[in-house]
Amino acid sequence: MNYQWNWGVFLQPSATGDDTYLGWMISGLQMTIALSLSAWVLALMLGALVGVLRTVPNKLLAGLATAYVELFRNIPLLVQLFIWYFVLPELLPPDLGNAFKQSHPVMQQFLSSMVCLGLFTSARVAEQVRAGINSLPRGQKNAGLALGFTLPQTYRFVMLPMAFRLVVPPLTSEFLNIFKNSAVCSTIGLLELAAQGRQLVDYTAQPYESFIAVTLAYVMINVVVMLLMRRLETKVAVPGYIGGK
Amino acid sequence: MIKIANVSKQYGDFKVLTECSTTVSKGEVIVVCGPSGSGKSTLIKCVNGLEPFQSGEIVVNGISVGDRKTNLSKLRAQVGMVFQNFELFPHMSITENLVIAQTKVLKRSKDEAMDKGMKLLDRVGLRAQAAKYPGQLSGGQQQRVAIARALAMDPICMLFDEPTSALDPEMVNEVLDVMTELAREGMTMMCVTHEMGFAKSVANRVIFMDQGRIVEDDSKDAFFANPRSERAQQFLAKILQH
Ligand SMILES: Nc1ncnc2c1ncn2[C@@H]1O[C@H](COP(=O)(O)OP(=O)(O)OP(=O)(O)O)[C@@H](O)[C@H]1O
Ligand SMILES: [Mg+2]
Repeated sequence: MNYQWNWGVFLQPSATGDDTYLGWMISGLQMTIALSLSAWVLALMLGALVGVLRTVPNKLLAGLATAYVELFRNIPLLVQLFIWYFVLPELLPPDLGNAFKQSHPVMQQFLSSMVCLGLFTSARVAEQVRAGINSLPRGQKNAGLALGFTLPQTYRFVMLPMAFRLVVPPLTSEFLNIFKNSAVCSTIGLLELAAQGRQLVDYTAQPYESFIAVTLAYVMINVVVMLLMRRLETKVAVPGYIGGK
Repeated sequence: MIKIANVSKQYGDFKVLTECSTTVSKGEVIVVCGPSGSGKSTLIKCVNGLEPFQSGEIVVNGISVGDRKTNLSKLRAQVGMVFQNFELFPHMSITENLVIAQTKVLKRSKDEAMDKGMKLLDRVGLRAQAAKYPGQLSGGQQQRVAIARALAMDPICMLFDEPTSALDPEMVNEVLDVMTELAREGMTMMCVTHEMGFAKSVANRVIFMDQGRIVEDDSKDAFFANPRSERAQQFLAKILQH
C-alpha cells in the first residue's frame, strides 16, 4: 500500500480558511458532547418519570407509560430522526412550525437531534428504572406505606433511592450509547464528530488520520464516562448492602 | 381497638380469606398461627389496609379500613407493623431509619425525632449501632431496630408478621424479649408467629387459621389445653415437637 501518512494535516488551515482541521475536529467533538449531554438530561428526566409510572398501581398511567416505551423503543432511531426533523415541523401549528423553520439551520438540526435522541434513550432508561424498582424486595413498599408514607412519599424516600443505585451500572451503558447514537444525527447535516471526520476525508484526502482521530475521540469520551459513572457508583454505595459494591 | 367482621378476600377464584371475624381489645395480645398459606399474613395486612378485601369490615380505633374515604396513610401511621424480613431501608443509617417517618409523616422536628429515636434504640439495646447501616447489623439487631422504628410513631397497636422466622435460632430470643416487654407494658398486639413459648407466656388469646378461615379463637389456656378442631390439634402436635 502506498499511503502517505501525514499527521501534520490537522494543523493545516482548513479549506474554508478560518480554522485548522484540528479546529474542525474539536468543534465536532464539542457538538457531539453538547448534543449527547443535553439529550441525556432529557432522557434521564423523562425515563425516570416513565419508568416509575410503569410500576404504579393506576392501570391507565401504567398503560400510557408502556405505550410510550414501546413506541420509542421499536421505531428505528434513523426513522425517528427523520420524523422529528422533516415531518414534525410540517405538523406543528403554522406559527410554531414557521418559527422553527426560520431559526438558524444548526439550531433546527440540534433541536431535532436532541429531542430525538433524548426521547429514544428515555424509553431505554425507563426500562432500566422499571427493572430497578421491580427488583427491590416487595416488602420495602409495604414497609414505607405501613409507616404512614403516601405512595409518592414511599417512592421518593424508600424505593427510588435504592432503585437508582441499582440501575447505575445499566445506565452507564445507556449513557455510552447516547454518544454513539448521536452519530446518526450527521444524516440531517448536523456537524458533530462523525460528520466532521467525513468532511475531513473529503477535504484532505487523509482518511486514515481522520478516522483514527475520530475513533480516539469516541474512545476518550467512553473512558471519561466510565470513570465518572464508576465514581458515582462508589459514591452512592450503601455500606453493608449485599449485592452492593 | 381492632374489629374484624366477616372479612373475605379472593384472588380470582382462590379464596384467601373466608368470613374472618374477631376483635382485639385495648391492651390485648393476640397470637395468630396456622399452616403456611392459611392466610395469616393476608389477614394481618388487611388490618392496616396493605391488602384490600372484597367484603366484610375492619374497624381500627373507630376508623373503617375498607372505607374508600378513609385516609389510609393517616391510619397506618398509628398502626405499627413489623415484617418477617425486617424491611429496614438499606440506604439509610439506623438513625435515619428511625427519624424519617417521624419527620415526614408526623411532622416532628428533627431534634424531637432524634431524641425519640435514640431513646427507643436504647430501649432495644442498640444505641451503639446508631450510625451504622442495616446491612451492617445482624438479623436480630435489624429486627429490633424495625420494632423501634415502628414504636417511634407512637402506635396505638402493633402488628407483627412472623417477626422471628427469618432469624437464626440464637437471635430469636432477643427479639421475643423486646416483644414480651412491649406486651407487659400494655401494648395492643396482633402477632403472627409460631413461637408457642411466646404465645404461652404473653398472649391473651390464640387464633388458629386454616385455609383462609379462623378455625379457633380462644383464650390461650383453652387453646393449649384442649384445641377443639382436629387441624389445630395436629398443628400443635407438630409444632410442639420442636
Ligand atoms: N398476590 C397473590 N395472588 C394470588 N395468590 C396469593 C397472592 N398472595 C398470596 N396468595 C395466596 O394466598 C394464600 C395466603 O397467603 P398468606 O401469605 O396470607 O399465607 P400465610 O398464612 O401468611 O403463609 P406463610 O406462613 O407461608 O407466611 C396463599 O395460598 C398464597 O399462595
Ligand atoms: Mg405469611
